Amino acid sequence: MNVLEFSALIGLGSLLAGFLGALTGLGGGVVVVPMLALLFHVDIRYAIGASLVSVIATSSGAAAAYVREGYSNIRIGMFLETATTAGALAGVGIALYVSSNAIAIVFGVVLLYSAYLSSRHYVDGAHVPSSKLAERLRLHGAYPGPNGKESYNVTGVPAGYGLMFVAGALSGLLGIGSGAVKVLAMDRAMKIPFKVSTTTSNFMIGVTAAASAGLYLHRGYIAPGLAMPVMLGVLAGSLLGARVLVRARVKVLRYLFAAVIVVLGFEMIYKGIAGRI
Amino acid sequence: MSAQTWNDRRIEVIIGALLRTGVILAATVVLLGAVVYLARHGSEIPNYAVFHREPDNLTSATAIVHGALGMSGRAIIQLGLLLLIATPVARVLFSAIAFALERDYLYVFITLIVLGILLYSLFESSG
Repeated sequence: MNVLEFSALIGLGSLLAGFLGALTGLGGGVVVVPMLALLFHVDIRYAIGASLVSVIATSSGAAAAYVREGYSNIRIGMFLETATTAGALAGVGIALYVSSNAIAIVFGVVLLYSAYLSSRHYVDGAHVPSSKLAERLRLHGAYPGPNGKESYNVTGVPAGYGLMFVAGALSGLLGIGSGAVKVLAMDRAMKIPFKVSTTTSNFMIGVTAAASAGLYLHRGYIAPGLAMPVMLGVLAGSLLGARVLVRARVKVLRYLFAAVIVVLGFEMIYKGIAGRI
Repeated sequence: MSAQTWNDRRIEVIIGALLRTGVILAATVVLLGAVVYLARHGSEIPNYAVFHREPDNLTSATAIVHGALGMSGRAIIQLGLLLLIATPVARVLFSAIAFALERDYLYVFITLIVLGILLYSLFESSG
């Protein structure tokens, strides 16, 4: 396989990952690293570098569309980004010292967890009063609902902040967006409405990934020949997926994609334990 | 409250345009670099199975710009990726200015913390 064929194959695989990721809401980044590592036998460090770059591209592309709809909350996003970016630096710091096998095992666990989370149906909780801290940070907001503006309050700031640090660290360690953990922090811990937490999370992913991408670039993890087809493929796929999303029936696809993630998760853990990553 | 919401909305619209422009610009540069790179190296055998850090001329901003001006395909791709990484940074910088215009100094401070972390990551030189 020469460079041309290699680039075309990886571009195609990334396109599919981006497409399914956007369609199912699970994000394409989470399958890019296992695809590169397991299928194409790319060293996991190169895979992480390439994946991070594609995460920035899709997040920024999608956020550009979301912010105009008025769902995302820029104050919540910015406040929590202090936690995710600091976490990202910590994640890179850890990545530089642990073995590829350990990274693969953590990756596998995160994959299984993402699949589990996606299989659950989420219902918005009842209104909560703002906590004192949330009040001082002016995190409350409103979003366009079916019957006009729906306002919401925020609580559980310290727990949410802590989870965000973890989300950032996982993003830096594994080269993924960690959207699943971010949404968990926002809607479970902080009681932010689902639509607001998913769009704000998407908004934050690009900034979080940028914090670790700079460090990885300087350390030579980002190989242009590999990052190029991954970034272009995932970006094109996710734009395509977002366009189809409105019309498609995604339920079956969602289960199918979750099943793929579970298989990849087990394989990453297995390869990690066997020391063959 | 309504004045604040209105201002926030306008900021969001501008941020949306900023992000879109950054991604399109970055993707275009990467695509351009891809053409040069594949034309020159398309028939070589790729090897990413063993990690050896990328050479210095592809890891520092100044060297990347230098290489891109010399029409190195890989450096042009890397320049596109650098633009992509810079896009969220520009977004945060713009947010800081926007919060300052709103006289929301608490959020100017919060935003500057994020900006500081991003700039550290972008400009620190590794050992």
